[in-house]
Amino acid sequence: MIRVVLPAQLRKLARVDGEVVLEVRGEVTQRAVLDALEARYPMLRGTIRDHVTQRRRAFVRYFACGQDLSHDAADTRLPDAVAGGAEPFMIVGAIAGG
Amino acid sequence: MSGVRVLVGTRKGGFVLSSDGKRGRWDVKGPFFAGWEIYHMKGSPADPDRLYASQSSSWFGQIIQRSDDGGMTWHQPGTPPGQPMTTPEGFPKGESNKFVYDTSPETGKPLTTHQWYDGTPHPWEFKRVWHLEPSLNDPDTVYAGVEDAALFRTTDGGRTWHELAGLRGHGTGEKWAPGAGGLCLHTILLDPSNSGRMYTAISSAGAFRTDDGGKSWKPITKGLHSLYIPDPTAEIGHCVHRIAMHPSRPNVLFMQKHWDVMRSDDAGGNWHEVSGNLPTDFGFVIDVHAHEPETIYVVPIKSDSEHFPPDGKLRVYRSRTGGNEWEPLTKGLPQSDCYVNVLRDAMAVDSLDPCGVYFGTTGGQVYASANGGDGWAPIVRDLPAVLSVEVQTLP
Repeated sequence: MIRVVLPAQLRKLARVDGEVVLEVRGEVTQRAVLDALEARYPMLRGTIRDHVTQRRRAFVRYFACGQDLSHDAADTRLPDAVAGGAEPFMIVGAIAGG
Repeated sequence: MSGVRVLVGTRKGGFVLSSDGKRGRWDVKGPFFAGWEIYHMKGSPADPDRLYASQSSSWFGQIIQRSDDGGMTWHQPGTPPGQPMTTPEGFPKGESNKFVYDTSPETGKPLTTHQWYDGTPHPWEFKRVWHLEPSLNDPDTVYAGVEDAALFRTTDGGRTWHELAGLRGHGTGEKWAPGAGGLCLHTILLDPSNSGRMYTAISSAGAFRTDDGGKSWKPITKGLHSLYIPDPTAEIGHCVHRIAMHPSRPNVLFMQKHWDVMRSDDAGGNWHEVSGNLPTDFGFVIDVHAHEPETIYVVPIKSDSEHFPPDGKLRVYRSRTGGNEWEPLTKGLPQSDCYVNVLRDAMAVDSLDPCGVYFGTTGGQVYASANGGDGWAPIVRDLPAVLSVEVQTLP
């Protein structure tokens, strides 16, 4: 069980409140978590990663266990605490005004 | 009694304003998609309860939303609430936000770069949908004008989008360059008398026409004169802000550009200036009265760096002669200390009699006139900055 925290805009888009809980088979990586997230909530496709390149959008960051994982490779294994469901994988929009 | 529905896109959400045919009392619903920029909302002429909205964010990109009940509820096409979110084969359905530029060689070249501000080649990058233009007779078919400038179409109600690549690929695409606001395709006009004819306008590339349903295009800029480009009469590079057409006379077009109000009487083949006695011929919006094709409206703005009305007086200017002679309309509009702008998609008319005229401001007011512009009143105020206003006249 993987816990994912979405920013408010994406929670609204996916029509969910609070954390999202996902089942991820195999190794728990950024790519696996995001693939599972988009399969469950297809309205989020293209909002976190570019449709074509699959690269993270510039103003989006990934955090877990107090670490910024944004620049890790997509297939890097996520921390055990995330894979075990003790800590959430956090998708965060850059802070900016306007 | 007939009614009116006004669709308002703002910097922080969409709003649906409705009234009966008297247009005196207004019901305000929204914000829909609160916190997101709603660049444009428009209803299908073939099914007034079918609405489309362009929802975007600098963080999370572009979403297309659709309503099938006149704006009460919305969903992303392909993922309706309560329906399986995958196909029977297990593939996700949510493709409403997938705008991918066509790079196939048979659609023409060059399709990969346009000019950047410094004149160097720059890759096309999809950013957002500026304008949605539903087909006149099919609620599932919609055209989308996007930034970086390109034209897309859906024929399945917004679920999937495909580019009409002949526009970018017709030959001048590599010369297009963005204005300060980006390289956006903001105007799409469908000719009701000729299903193959369509017009588009792009800031700051110019204006284009197709006569074969979007396969082939040609620039329609003969007669435009723009001192801010190296060759003021060049075919490409004019910063067109808006084009308007009356449905009963589709060969006559009116244009508000970055300086100059222009008119064409031959479907864009030739243009001539009709700015006449306007206090400034700079502005963004232009629209045509629903029943009088020679009556047109603009909102002059002071200059290209001070985007507010001259002397802080918000005035719509009306010409009843198709241009050249203009009268200021002031009744009900603030005539002091008003420094708002009216953006290119933020004016529309209804088709009741007398004709209703509507516009929204960057100060968050939507003004309406139920008598062709003679008198105005704000029907809602203190909204976020208004990006677009569209009007539906309901039976």
